[in-house]
Amino acid sequence: MAGLGALPLAASESNLLAARELMAFTLGFHIVLACIGVAFPALVLTANYLGLRRGDPDAMRLARRWSKVAAVTFATGAVTGTVLSFEFGLLWPEFMARFGDAFGIAFAIEGIFFFIEAIFLAIYIYGWKRLGGWAHFWSGVPMLVSGIGGAFSVVTANAWMNTPQGFTLDAAGRVVDTEPLQVLFSPAWSYEVPHMILAAYMVTGFLFASVYAVGMLRGRRDRHHRLGLLIPLTLACLATPVQIFVGDVAAREVADDQPAKFAGFECIEETGPNQTEYLGGICTDDGVKGAIGIPGLDSLLVGFSTDTVVTGLEDVPPDERPPANTLLHLSFDTMVGIGFGLLALAAWLAISWWRRRDIPRSAWFLRAVAISGGAAIVAVWCGWIVTEVGRQPWIVNGFMRTEEAVTEAEGIWFVFAGVIGLYAALGATAILVLRGMARRWREQGEAGEAETPYGPSAAIR
Amino acid sequence: MSKADAAAGVLWIGATLYAIFGGADFGGGLWDLVAGDARKGARPRTRIQASLTPVWEANHVWLIFILVVLWTAFPEAFGAIMSTLYVPLALAALGIVLRGAGFAFRKSVDTLAARRALGACFALSSVMTPFFMGTVVGAIASGNVPAAGDGDAFSTWIEPLPLLTGAIFVASGAYLAAIFLIFDSRRAGDAELEEYFARRALAAAALAGAFALAGVFALQADATYVFDRLTDEGLPLMVLSGVCGLAVLLMLGGGARRGLRPLAGVTVAALIWGWGVAQYPYLLPTSLEISDAAAPDPTLTSVIVVFGAAAVVVLPALGLLYTLTQRDIVGE
Repeated sequence: MAGLGALPLAASESNLLAARELMAFTLGFHIVLACIGVAFPALVLTANYLGLRRGDPDAMRLARRWSKVAAVTFATGAVTGTVLSFEFGLLWPEFMARFGDAFGIAFAIEGIFFFIEAIFLAIYIYGWKRLGGWAHFWSGVPMLVSGIGGAFSVVTANAWMNTPQGFTLDAAGRVVDTEPLQVLFSPAWSYEVPHMILAAYMVTGFLFASVYAVGMLRGRRDRHHRLGLLIPLTLACLATPVQIFVGDVAAREVADDQPAKFAGFECIEETGPNQTEYLGGICTDDGVKGAIGIPGLDSLLVGFSTDTVVTGLEDVPPDERPPANTLLHLSFDTMVGIGFGLLALAAWLAISWWRRRDIPRSAWFLRAVAISGGAAIVAVWCGWIVTEVGRQPWIVNGFMRTEEAVTEAEGIWFVFAGVIGLYAALGATAILVLRGMARRWREQGEAGEAETPYGPSAAIR
Repeated sequence: MSKADAAAGVLWIGATLYAIFGGADFGGGLWDLVAGDARKGARPRTRIQASLTPVWEANHVWLIFILVVLWTAFPEAFGAIMSTLYVPLALAALGIVLRGAGFAFRKSVDTLAARRALGACFALSSVMTPFFMGTVVGAIASGNVPAAGDGDAFSTWIEPLPLLTGAIFVASGAYLAAIFLIFDSRRAGDAELEEYFARRALAAAALAGAFALAGVFALQADATYVFDRLTDEGLPLMVLSGVCGLAVLLMLGGGARRGLRPLAGVTVAALIWGWGVAQYPYLLPTSLEISDAAAPDPTLTSVIVVFGAAAVVVLPALGLLYTLTQRDIVGE
């Protein structure tokens, strides 16, 4: 019997890793598109508003083109998001079977926001020609609300996994009662949700701005490019300082709510006051190697005093400690580092704007903007690594281990390999399509969009 | 009616709307697939693209809705289905990715070859996706999904009834799509294309009907419980579906158009509710009852309240979208 018991365990260990990698990869891919979904409405509506209000044809053209870009990214995001919904069940059937009745509540609400988003996005992007001016503008406003509402529902579900509450278990571990409001507003929602919504605005803003920065570096310095850079960049730069503040609060709350995760990403071994804040380095059993250590700063940041006691990993049972602390630590540092880098960029723009109502003259500014979009995406990925890897070995913190949740289906590694291939093709095609659109716009203006899928058309060469 | 039954009702409403509107979008892909070469197929493809573009993403959300309601209100059933039917479900998910991406990308690429490749992606996966979704539904109806989950990965759905259900899904989507496209062609003033889709609607209706009849026989062999109830409590709905289907056939043959769309919708809706009635009180016949699979009451209340909110907010918004597209105010 012992032998029989050991076999499926070995299989599920391999499955666990494969399923976690697959989930991480598909989530990492989708999160970029999700960010655009959340924040794009603010971007396009700002351009649209400026265009209508000031009769600015450049702003109107940007709004029109961004809608066409959104049509591509939303479609891609809709399908990669659906894949995640399937994966909840396909990869983690035990988790869903046991906790779906609590975890799912937030997702049920999300459904409404997805509908509103999809419906009004369609009306907005396909309503340019015949819905006039302000009516068209207002048709886009529900998207703004649904983007934020959708982000709330999805992220609050994740917050519940980190700080689960609002349910009663029977002796067999089955959920026998739920309190929906407690589930929806678990402690972590208050910092995770704003942190992610601001991240979405930063990713979208810096990403769109970086496209125009590259154009300007290539000598296309017309008003169209300037405005295309400024609208998203302003939005992102406004979000950045708020994000730093929210992130700071979030870290303190994590130290409180999820001490094992905090000790993991800060590489704290021993519980006590006067904790050193390590920047960079490798976490080992005998301390952090190769890091810049600032004595007492960690305690100071957590409790505004160097006397603040911070829990170390020694107080977490060995089988409940997060794995790969170096990964967590470096992910956290990278996220924070990028955040401050983007804050510096925002300050640069603010100073220049304050002095002479213009973007900085230096080409280095444009170069920095050009990489800011990619940097913001990396920061989001790092943040999710901290959240998700930092919660391990739990899928529902303190209640269900990830290894209990994973599927027993075979061949997850092969599926993973296939999905990498599929998503690589998907990403590459999406980028090619967007670049093709940009090229067509440069060469032919707004004409040139094919009306016939693959029949004879003037646009086919 | 218990809360669990109400939540199951919500699930079935979602499934009905997805089958009608999502199904028609899949059907559009099928007609794109068989429209012939680039020159010959240009006109129907243009029509299909124009009809699908503004609505397919909104229609797709019904699938998310179904998944979410299932895992929230009936988590055990969701876990059991997912851990058993992961092969067809994963293939359906693959199809969803290929279809959405192919459709969204193909009009925005330059070369004919790239357009063809992406178009083929869209069209082939429009057939593959509903087929595998149908096998999932057929496997559930057959009683092949054990309540504890982890059923056999293949023999649970590679059986006559699940495979036939897959075929019914594909054919009924094609049937609905062709009917909707008749009206879209007429609105575009293209009488020839109207005829083109009317002929195809007729063929698809006949085929869907034949598959459905064959399905009843497979049901008798594979799923006695569901068959017995289908021919008893579910009979009025089956008759309704059959009568509407026949009426559609006659109207198509006679060139009548008025009322065609609602009738076609009822054909499919009655079939889905007939299946629901036939399964009752089981969610997974005959191993898991709705009341046993149901989440705790407060969760069910949340699902029902959210559905109420959706009915107030989402349905009018969907109505607005359909109205605007039907009046050509929203479109490419």
